[in-house]
Parts: sequence; C-alpha cells; structure tokens
Amino acid sequence: MLSVEGLTAGYGHAMILRDLSLVAEAGRITCLMGRNGAGKTTTLKAIMGLVPPAAGRVVLDGEVVSDLPPHQVPGRGIGYVPQGRRLFGALSVAENLEVALMARGSGTGLRAEVLELFPRLRDRLGQRADTLSGGEQQMLATARALCLQPKVLLLDEPTEGLQPSMIDAIRQAMLTLRDRGAAILLVEQRIDAVLALADHVQVIENGRTVETFDAAALTRAPERLRSHLGV
Amino acid sequence: MRASLALHLGLVAVLFALNFVLPAYAHGNIARVMTLAVYAIGYNIAFGYTGLLSLGHAMFFAAGMYGAGLLLRFTDAGAVAAFGVALACGAGLALVTGLLALRTAGVSFMIVTLMFSQACALAILYFAEYTRGDEGFVIAAASRVVAGHDLGDAQVRYLAAWALFSAAFLFSLWLVNRPMGKVLVAIRENEPRARLLGYDTFRLKLGALVISGMVSAASGAGYGLFFGYAGASFAGVQYSIFPLLWVLLGGAGTVIGPFLGTLFMFYLIDLSSGITDAYMLIAGVALIGLTLFAPQGIAGELRRRAWRGLP
Repeated sequence: MLSVEGLTAGYGHAMILRDLSLVAEAGRITCLMGRNGAGKTTTLKAIMGLVPPAAGRVVLDGEVVSDLPPHQVPGRGIGYVPQGRRLFGALSVAENLEVALMARGSGTGLRAEVLELFPRLRDRLGQRADTLSGGEQQMLATARALCLQPKVLLLDEPTEGLQPSMIDAIRQAMLTLRDRGAAILLVEQRIDAVLALADHVQVIENGRTVETFDAAALTRAPERLRSHLGV
Repeated sequence: MRASLALHLGLVAVLFALNFVLPAYAHGNIARVMTLAVYAIGYNIAFGYTGLLSLGHAMFFAAGMYGAGLLLRFTDAGAVAAFGVALACGAGLALVTGLLALRTAGVSFMIVTLMFSQACALAILYFAEYTRGDEGFVIAAASRVVAGHDLGDAQVRYLAAWALFSAAFLFSLWLVNRPMGKVLVAIRENEPRARLLGYDTFRLKLGALVISGMVSAASGAGYGLFFGYAGASFAGVQYSIFPLLWVLLGGAGTVIGPFLGTLFMFYLIDLSSGITDAYMLIAGVALIGLTLFAPQGIAGELRRRAWRGLP
C-alpha cells in the first residue's frame, strides 16, 4: 500500500501541494482528478522523488521512500508512466523493454508476461520506438514500467490524445493489472474513464484534497465530479 | 548481428592486409589515421553513445601522450609500462573531471570540460621545466621499443597502430552490444526516464567518461610512442574539436563511424592541400555539403537508409 501523508511540495518557493494525503491500495484503481494546475502531476513527481517534499512523507508498505534519491524509488516497487510517454526513441521496442528488465535484473519470462498484456507490441519488437503510433508508444511506456514489477503503478493521463481502440486496450490492461493485485494511481481528466475504471476518486484543488468518492458514490452522483472539473 | 560482425572484422582484416600493399606515404598516413581513430572511438563512447558533448577531450589525449612521454623521458620504465601509466593517467583525469563536470549538463558541461582542458594545456606550459612547454619534446627512439621491436620502424609502427586500433574498435563493438551499451544509449535518449527505471545515471555517465578518457589516452600514448613526439598543441582546443568533427562526420553513435570520419577528414585535408594553399576552403565546403546531405554522418546515413541494425 502506498500512502502519501501530509505532503507539501513544490518548485522553489512556490508550493503546489499543501498538506496532501492519499492512499493507493493493492488491487484498486485510485483516480486523482482536478483542474489544470491543481497539482496532479506534481503529486506523482513528488511520490517518485522528482519534487522534494518540504513537509510530509511518502510511505510504501511501511518504508519511507520520500527520503530516497529518485533512482532508488523504482527499485522499491513504484513504476511511473509520465505524461508524454518519454521513450528511448533510438532504441527498438525490444531494447526499450530490455533496458527496463535489466534495471530489475528480470528475464525473458517477465517480458513474455508483459507482452501478453500488449500483444500489439509483439509485432513491433524490432521497430524503433520513435516510429510507433501514439497508442503503441503509450503501450510501450506502460509495458516498460511493468518490467520493473511494480507494486504500485503511477499513470499520468495514459489515454490522452489516443484513438478509441487504443484507449480500450490500455484501459483493459489497467483492469487486468488491478485484478492481479497491483495498486494503480491514475491521473485522469476524462470522466467516462474515471467512471469505468475507478474504485476510488480523490479530487484536488490548489494542492489540497477537496472531496473523495468511492465507486458507488460516483455512479450515483457523477455531476459532483463534473462540477469540480468545471465541465 | 552476423553481418555487422563480418563488417567490423572485415575492416580489421583489410587494415591488416593494407600493411603489405600500401606505398610508403599512404602506409604512414593510415598508421596515423588508425591511431587518431582510437581517439575518435574514445570520444564516441562519451558523445555518440552517452550524449556527453565534451569540448575538453584533448586533456585525455594529452594525458596519455604526456603520461607515457614524461615517464620515458625521465625514467627507464620502458614503452609497455609507459603505455600502462598513460591509461591510468587518462582514466584518473577523467574520473576527477567527471566527478565535478557531470554535476552539470548540456552547455554547462561543454564549458566546464573546456575549462578543465584549458587548465591542463596551461599546466603543460607552466611546467615547461619538465614538459619543454610549447616546443614539446622528442621521445627517444631507444625508449620506444617493445619486445625488441622498434616502434619507429614503419612496419612495426603500422602493426602497433593496427593492434591498438583493432583493440579499441572491437572493444567499442563489444561495449555497445553489452547491456551497459544499451543503458548508455537510454541515458542519451532520455536521462530522467532512465533514472526512473532505477539507473544511477550519474555513476553510469561517470563510468562512460572514464572509459572514454582511457581510450582517448591510449590514442595519445600511441601517437607519442609511434611518432616519437609529445607537444602542447595536442592539448589545445583544436584537438578537442577534432574528435567531435570526426565522430559527427563518420556517424555519432556508430562503431565504425569514428574511423570513417577520421579517414575522411584526414584525406580531405591531405588531398586538398595538394591542390591549393586554400585547402581549408575546400575542406570547409565538403564538410558543409556532408552536414547538409548526410546530417547523421556517413555510417549514420547508412544505418538510416539501408542498415537499420548497424551498431
């Protein structure tokens, strides 16, 4: 279980997150929602150690990870798929996966397991990553994070700008991962995606939590979510 | 993979065979090109594969040249020991430089490496009592002997340059096909992302810079031992720009590119200087043309157009 406890963090003197707390539990998809600039991406970056906390901490299964340098956080079991995918463009699909597998010291068994989730990538193994379509790049970015065998997967708007068939494939992969027991913390702006995927939703504004919903409450009152997002 | 191995081993074999057929002038030139190509190979590990754009690699080349040269000037250590000391000098200097310079990136890294290199060049001039400053010094023929073979002899020199080149060339091929080589490319492509996969990118870049510095020093030591001279001009800015140019022309991030770039540039200047005194004009036009029409360099274009898997 990942818990963020009273986190205050930002860039220089500008604090984006103010005393933010949240929990991402195993086998659940937790959605973080909010308007642009609310602090969603900063939350994920702070969990990964990319934005140092001014106060508060991040705890994974009882271990404080917010004291670690960023490169040690993935090894503790947190995978991160940032917005914009950020692949190793000059490397092939297979090499992108290989680099991730080497980081964890994992072998071909795990690669086959990951490719099962994204069978489309199997046909593209020899292709340069920067020549893939947007949806395939997102699949590869997610697959690469999964090569680290994360207990918690952080996804930042994974379906942004993708065609419907790709969105379905990525959502299906998320549900499969959740059913396998991973904790997923998803930053998402699309209400339909949240309604389809989320077990728990946390809405933030100005770096603070303003409301939380469980899945049942969401189904009953999606308009509350819309009012928070201003749509 | 097989085709690529055949290409690289084929080049090594061709260069060996050329020893027996080349006329004297070209024979000397190719020995020089092979020695300098080792420098380009070293530079390519830092720049081509890891994305570290250094403007100070001349300090590593000079560390090798002076490390070997000064030892032979003041002791009877012998050429083999001098070569070993040169490698240690290059690796040690790269380690110290890297520990400080790698705290910066991009333009700052270029400037910091340039400053380090200038400091080394000035140190060579300052300690003229030992280095003979601007003039440099001749490395005595008697000290340039390996197992009874005189490195000043054209045949021995060619074979020694070939052995040095082959070792660096095949080492480079091996390195980029190792997991570490792939991780270095990943760092070049997207360092923050590599860090978020769990890689300590600072240590990996430092490792790449140390290897690069050591290979560059091997080239500097080889140049001093084969051609019998150590001079301060080899520590100047020009010798930091050369390997960048050779690597860009040949194809950054390819194993064969540094050799092709060095060969192309060497002969471009050699041939054009036979035509006119304004040979740098011809060289400049040719370089602009190559940059415009083959921006990824000779081997880079080959990889882009025809040979996707060329390492």
